[in-house]
Amino acid sequence: MRVRTLAVGLLVGGLALTACGKEGTPGDTGSQPPPQQDVATDVKVADSPTFDRIKGRGKVIIGVKEDQPGLGFKDPTTGKYSGFDIEIANLVAAKLGFKPEQVEYKAVASAGREAAIANGNVDYYVGTYTINAKRKEQISFAGPYFTAGQDLLVRKDNTDITGPETLKGKKVCSVTGSTPIQKVRNDKLTDQIVELQTYSQCVTQLDQKQIDAVTTDDAILKGYAAQESTKFKVVGKTFSQEPYGIGLPKDDKAFKDKVTQILQGALDDGTWQKIYDNTLGKSGSPATKPTLDKS
Amino acid sequence: MNVLLDNSDIFLNGFVNTVKLFLIAGVLCLILGTILAMMRVSPVPIFRAFGTVYVTVVRNTPLTLVFFFFAFAFPLLEIVGELRDYYFFAAVIALTLYTSAFVCEVVRSGINTVPVGQIEASRALGLTFGQTLSTIVLPQATRSVVPPMVSTMVALLKNTTIAAGFSVAEAGAIRDILSEKGYNVTVGMLWVALFFIILVVPLTLVQRSLEKRWSVAR
Repeated sequence: MRVRTLAVGLLVGGLALTACGKEGTPGDTGSQPPPQQDVATDVKVADSPTFDRIKGRGKVIIGVKEDQPGLGFKDPTTGKYSGFDIEIANLVAAKLGFKPEQVEYKAVASAGREAAIANGNVDYYVGTYTINAKRKEQISFAGPYFTAGQDLLVRKDNTDITGPETLKGKKVCSVTGSTPIQKVRNDKLTDQIVELQTYSQCVTQLDQKQIDAVTTDDAILKGYAAQESTKFKVVGKTFSQEPYGIGLPKDDKAFKDKVTQILQGALDDGTWQKIYDNTLGKSGSPATKPTLDKS
Repeated sequence: MNVLLDNSDIFLNGFVNTVKLFLIAGVLCLILGTILAMMRVSPVPIFRAFGTVYVTVVRNTPLTLVFFFFAFAFPLLEIVGELRDYYFFAAVIALTLYTSAFVCEVVRSGINTVPVGQIEASRALGLTFGQTLSTIVLPQATRSVVPPMVSTMVALLKNTTIAAGFSVAEAGAIRDILSEKGYNVTVGMLWVALFFIILVVPLTLVQRSLEKRWSVAR
């Protein structure tokens, strides 16, 4: 009996290790964002275990994406993070009373997000994180701080793909198992589906004419289109609603309310608009302000 | 349990693809690997050189890179035209080429167990190299390499999961789909691990039965 318990323990432990080992980038702690937000002083969040944990540690650990241009992107040469999600993450950290040098980023891939939040590896997560009911069973969300929608990225010279209904017979690429590709499959938009590990691989394949379109949230696609505007364009006809939220530990109502309050403040005083204009807004398309869910 | 029941189609589809990849690549790499082993022991220097170079290069290349080549670089050569299930074929080819190098070395180690006297005797009887290999050496070699060969096949079975990153939705992709749907990934992974163990069991049984049957000959 004991041997069996041990074996199960080892198995679970091993799986947990492999699940976490992939995401963290070791030695990745030195990069700091430029100070942009006024740091709040004397912040108190009563009855919040998450906030107490951050305070005790003296620094805040934020889960982010590092491979999403315009949203959460780590410059491989300088090690600096930039993008819309990063700025939102900084804003929250500043309003919680933490200086830029007290902020640490941890790159967490999509598949490891719930685990990273639930295990306390990150204090909160900002990175194209769509709010949905199933995820809410494991974690909490503050937001939405942005509303994206599924769209298509095509080569600039392409004229025959104008929306989801024109995809029949075209090769469409997205990330393995992702919601956008599941939607393409369920709605039978096309039967030529290519699933690769990252969006950049899809974009490379698009450039090499191996596929006809990349599909995912327009925010992500705009990032790529802005990067190489001579090669690609976003079709601009969204066919889903993806509200992005800040992933928080479950059952920490006080912390959630605090983050919601910070976001509302940014929406009201124009900070949100400024952040958008400096990042995703560079792609030329305007954004509509989201309405926060205060429940 | 919910994770499994709610997503039975994902698990089923994933493992059917895994088994398909494994069976096709498994048969192909046994054939190619044996041919390579024959080349490595053949009296023709160019064959020997080819076998050695192949094993050295392919065995030392990470499987992911082999996949990468067939998924991203190979289409650019435009040798093959439009193919419907290109990525599946690419996965089969990548797995076959990679595992063949290991099969080759396993078969060769088996060939080394055949006493020199047998080969000398067959040559004295006037058998050609091909006859010696096919009737004397390979049958004996095969018998002595059952356990390492099964290990190689188990490794192949698990290596199929790399195809998930290259547009073949097999067992390795289950985690991504579950996490996207918001299920508890750890539980999903435990099920995947369990199913892999179940898939390996028949291989172990084959190994045991072959060992039992063939050990009489010694």
